[in-house]
Amino acid sequence: MSDNQNTRVVVGMSGGVDSSVAALLLKEQGYDVVGIFMKNWDDTDEFGVCTATEDFDDVVRVCNQLDIPYYAVNFEKQYWDKVFTYFLDEYKAGRTPNPDVMCNKEIKFKAFLDHALSLGADYLATGHYAQVRENNGKYEMLRGVDDNKDQTYFLNQLSEDVLQKVMFPLGHLPKSKVREIAKDYGLVTATKKDSTGICFIGERNFKEFLSEYLPAQPGEMQTLDGIVKGKHDGLMYYTIGQRQGLGIGGAGDPWFVVGKNLKENILYVEQGYHNEKLYSDSLLATDVNWINPDDIERTFSCTAKFRYRQEDCGVTVHVLEDGNVKVVFDEKQRAITPGQAVVFYNGDVCLGGGTIDEVIKNEIALDYVG
Amino acid sequence: MEHIYLDHAATTPMDKRVVDAMYPIFNEVFGNPSSVHSFGRKARQLLDESRRVLANSIHANEKEIIFTSGGTEADNLAIIGTANANKDKGNHIITTIQEHHATLHTAEYLEKEGFEVTYLPVTEDGVIRVEDLKAALTDQTILVSVMYVNNETGVIQPIEEVASLLRDHQAYFHTDAVQAYGLLDIDVKEMGIDLLTVSAHKINGPKGIGFLYAGEDVKLQSLQYGGEQERKRRPGTENVVGAVGFQKAVELAMENRVSRRQEYHQFKDLFLSVLKEEGITFDLNGRQENTVPAIVNISFPGTNVETLLTNFDLAGIAASSGSACTAGSVEPSHVLSAIYGENNECTTNSIRFSFGIFNTKENVTEAASRVATIIKRLTK
Repeated sequence: MSDNQNTRVVVGMSGGVDSSVAALLLKEQGYDVVGIFMKNWDDTDEFGVCTATEDFDDVVRVCNQLDIPYYAVNFEKQYWDKVFTYFLDEYKAGRTPNPDVMCNKEIKFKAFLDHALSLGADYLATGHYAQVRENNGKYEMLRGVDDNKDQTYFLNQLSEDVLQKVMFPLGHLPKSKVREIAKDYGLVTATKKDSTGICFIGERNFKEFLSEYLPAQPGEMQTLDGIVKGKHDGLMYYTIGQRQGLGIGGAGDPWFVVGKNLKENILYVEQGYHNEKLYSDSLLATDVNWINPDDIERTFSCTAKFRYRQEDCGVTVHVLEDGNVKVVFDEKQRAITPGQAVVFYNGDVCLGGGTIDEVIKNEIALDYVG
Repeated sequence: MEHIYLDHAATTPMDKRVVDAMYPIFNEVFGNPSSVHSFGRKARQLLDESRRVLANSIHANEKEIIFTSGGTEADNLAIIGTANANKDKGNHIITTIQEHHATLHTAEYLEKEGFEVTYLPVTEDGVIRVEDLKAALTDQTILVSVMYVNNETGVIQPIEEVASLLRDHQAYFHTDAVQAYGLLDIDVKEMGIDLLTVSAHKINGPKGIGFLYAGEDVKLQSLQYGGEQERKRRPGTENVVGAVGFQKAVELAMENRVSRRQEYHQFKDLFLSVLKEEGITFDLNGRQENTVPAIVNISFPGTNVETLLTNFDLAGIAASSGSACTAGSVEPSHVLSAIYGENNECTTNSIRFSFGIFNTKENVTEAASRVATIIKRLTK
């Protein structure tokens, strides 16, 4: 116990139930726990009200229940420069970015980790559903035991150096147990609704939000053969494989987005969930991070996820000279989307991941995907 | 680890003698001072006694002391109360850009109500210039409100010059003396102050009580309505226990004013000399020849207040900054912005340390060396 007493753990607290329970568990294990609320986005409305104030208030109440000190830190500028700018740039490029991956890489486990260390912390803890395992001096990241909540997909850009300083107190728990612990302890956040969607957009309408930052350029919806099927509101509002919101009527199977032509501002649509234009057999990923790079061979088999909460798929990974990877699927995959993360696993160990850059079929990059 | 409190400008611990003075009152005197029976009279007696001591402390007469719930209410009453009562004479108010928010936000409210407000700038020394005030005065000006000592920098403002400039002008002169009272000698009559704000909890008295001095000839409209208390200017059953504690705190402050001033000077010098010995790079905000020694505002280049204050607290040092840090939003200090301009680094790397009666040379030295250790770690 005395070791824990002398070990300072900064917990990133959002005001939600997960990080509240993370702090509670660490406190019960006797650590010197410090709660810190991170403010990355200013959503103050015309009445001066902002959700961060409410969330921080919950952090304060939980920390007082736990009798731990609490502080706040502001990373609005870093978030804007590193995450939001990337987010907009990707949309401008016709891709579908993943700001949570970037936020974990640049903010939570970089700027915030540095801040925690500057406060004399030995570890940074968060309420993520993931696990760190020390294996003969090597630090690996494992999936959270709750399949439905596992968040390693978003953490694929962490390095082993970072993992050495990180704790995920919830990784071994199912979400239902976390709620139960919160209720048993009477935490004020026990029944608070989980946040959904991208943090800075919150519950707001996505289209409306995006249009505040990027001019929407409506254009034509066409099949790949050039048959006009209607109008789109702006390419950035659509993602590959999307069915909702196309407004194409008529007989036959429903219509799906299969690609974008940025140059001519055309949204490509085809009919049928299993339309073959939605399928590919491999991809090229850039910005690849390997958590334990020494373990990575030039070519190897593993499983991968192409989007959050998707079942793993068997793949073969070829590491290229420039560090990018070509990922060949055991079976054809539907709606692989540029800009999203591809994340690799060996059993429960998350190996790392990259950003999907090209979608490939029969050795040819599908240029219509964008 | 000993926790060391260096945030006396935010609030002070109660002096034990203040607590001792209040303690029996809780049990023994519960009457309503307005009642026409012995219980009420007993309470009224204590209230009168307190009012007498408070009035004497600034050379006012008892009728000129209005008990309030504290400094904020006194500022509100002084500013809104005179503005509303003197509309017939004009609609212009002058204050300064570096006032406490109790004044600034009140002035902003009055702007919305149709008054015109001029906010005087401050120099790099942290003081206002009387010439600026002179230039801003018009025949419509009905109130000038200038704080006595700035709560962030400790800089003393030219109160006597302001008062004498206004002597032949219709405008009333209000000063928020919350940070000056108890350390500086104040004579409202000689100086020509019409309205003056004081708070008990800044001078080791209880929270929840303060007073507004309003000269007998000041036309003041109350902000609330009810009974006849405080000559109708602040209706509501009086806080008798608070008044007793306030009285004791004032007596102690008056008695020890000179020695405290000297002691805080020593603390300040000691604190700064430890930082120098440790080789810390720092600058002092505000012109030092012109400050109260209880407050020292230090800029540490290459740092930021969030990280500093968090580190200080984790090391047991309680200090603060003028920047409002709520829910992770850091608003640069409006006072330091007034001095240096909005984007100056000093507005987000400056810490206010403020001394008080429970500080000792030992704990001030200890605090300074902890501060030095942290600054070294953060700037290396």
